[in-house]
Amino acid sequence: MGRIAALTRNPVMIALVASLAIAGCASKKTPNSAADLGLSGAGAATPGSAQDFTVNIGDRIFFDTDSSSIRADAQTTLSRQAQWLNQYRQYAIVIEGHADERGTREYNLALGARRAAATRDFLVARGVSAQRLKTISYGKERPVAVCDDISCWSQNRRAVTTISGAGS
Amino acid sequence: MKFILKPLLMIVAMALGMTAAATLPARALVELNVNKGNVEPLPIAITDFQGGDALGAEISGIVSADLKRSGLFAPIDKSAFIEKISNPDATPRFEDWKVINAQALVTGSVSKEADGRVRAQYRLWDTFAGQQMSGEQFFANDANTRRVAHIIADAIYERLTGEKGYFDTRVVFIDESGAKNARKKRLAIMDQDGANIRYLSDGRSIVLTPRFSPNRQEITYMSYESGQPKVYLLQIETGQRELVGDFPGMTFAPRFSPDGQKVIMSLLRDDGNSNIFAMDLRSRSTTRLTNSTAIDTSPSYSPDGSKVVFTSDRGGRAQIYVMGADGSGQTRISFGDGVYSTPVWSPRGDLIAFTKQTAGEFQIGVMRVDGSGERILSTGFQQEGPTWAPNGRVLMFFRDSAGGPKLVSVDLTGRNEQSIPTANFASDPAWSPLLE
Repeated sequence: MGRIAALTRNPVMIALVASLAIAGCASKKTPNSAADLGLSGAGAATPGSAQDFTVNIGDRIFFDTDSSSIRADAQTTLSRQAQWLNQYRQYAIVIEGHADERGTREYNLALGARRAAATRDFLVARGVSAQRLKTISYGKERPVAVCDDISCWSQNRRAVTTISGAGS
Repeated sequence: MKFILKPLLMIVAMALGMTAAATLPARALVELNVNKGNVEPLPIAITDFQGGDALGAEISGIVSADLKRSGLFAPIDKSAFIEKISNPDATPRFEDWKVINAQALVTGSVSKEADGRVRAQYRLWDTFAGQQMSGEQFFANDANTRRVAHIIADAIYERLTGEKGYFDTRVVFIDESGAKNARKKRLAIMDQDGANIRYLSDGRSIVLTPRFSPNRQEITYMSYESGQPKVYLLQIETGQRELVGDFPGMTFAPRFSPDGQKVIMSLLRDDGNSNIFAMDLRSRSTTRLTNSTAIDTSPSYSPDGSKVVFTSDRGGRAQIYVMGADGSGQTRISFGDGVYSTPVWSPRGDLIAFTKQTAGEFQIGVMRVDGSGERILSTGFQQEGPTWAPNGRVLMFFRDSAGGPKLVSVDLTGRNEQSIPTANFASDPAWSPLLE
């Protein structure tokens, strides 16, 4: 009882214990994890895993208002995605197109679809097989950021590359 | 899945004989003119219907609320009434009503018949002319007393304005609950005043943009239930659903043709653009109406079915275009400063309602069918998606504020804005035709 009380009053101690537990677990299961290879802690994911794709490659790109042009920063991300997807061919890919709330519902369904298609076309041009790629538009129905200003809208104008069906 | 609605009621209307000596020629006490300055609402006294215990007061309350929300009538507080109506069929003491400035007076009664039906009757009096203007009685089954009240309100509205009413109608819409980034969206239907809400989907899939068939028994809408967003038909009474068409990509933005035989909608092309197609529901044949490398969406037929208004960004940003129902003669009609979308043709054929984005705000407005005479009726931070009342005098749309969308109506003067009460957040309203 006294020991638990002391621990709960000491968050540093708890955090330390927790991180040791995770590190121990991770190193047992995945000896070749990014952490073991000396990569940054944030990228502590199995190469070729969905987490690796999301964290180390970047699963999403962003668009300018009412635009489906692939920006320069997005081209960098998509090039990395294409390289990774060409390396790990076991995944099926769905590209979700999204819009911010500053448009009408029906128009934004169309705009999200156009963004997903532009993203798909870029990946195909970089050698990803079109057979692996599907697209879906969520319009403005699935925002990730929920405030009512530009900081949120810019995060919601996005295309997200989701992967599934990993083999072994 | 089966959604059972209350059985449709049998409304039997009969004219009540005039008690006054002469039948009045039809004379409207309220003039509807959207271009007129301040329209003073007509003071009207609506007395509690006699009999039926609480039912009488309930019916007069619903009639009063309908007329008040139209913005054209100012029901007078009952505490100001001088004459206590004991016989709703007898000629009232007009002096007692003129002195409280009641231009019109409604009396009525309600009773239960031996067979369980409800009988309701009303009389409408012109107090200054000292005559009865109209009188009718209705029989309905017990479950539909609210409908009887709406039908009486429609009759009064029509007699006093010279135009059809819109109170005996329903609205389909999307009920929204939960956090903004995890919204549960359900198909729902309710009376136009927010009463009698019923859910038509379970919320497991995103559903959007429901629209009524002219036959009132069917809706078309978009759902993500198959994984890919697609347009469906739903029979309201039976819950029977079916996919509209067999298209490879997303279909969206559906609406019925005025004869109910076709659904017009957008189909996503492989290149990421969207074009407009119509599908004949009997033959299943589809017709392509647009073929542009642009977003063409939100199609809406003119009431005679000869034309279609739609949104397109083929000129750079979204604007409103009109074409023939066969896709011929595609012509841009919106030229104002801003982005235009969600055009909807008025059931009267004279106007097109739209959503306009300009200067960081969203406006609901109307323009004539050639694009001239644009008038903005409502401005807000985030609002969209107008739908017409069947008489073409009122629009309903949804406005996002305080964490989520709610339904709002506005009349064509833009001066009478009303919120429609819903338990949860609500969006994408679509008004039914008058029920029958």
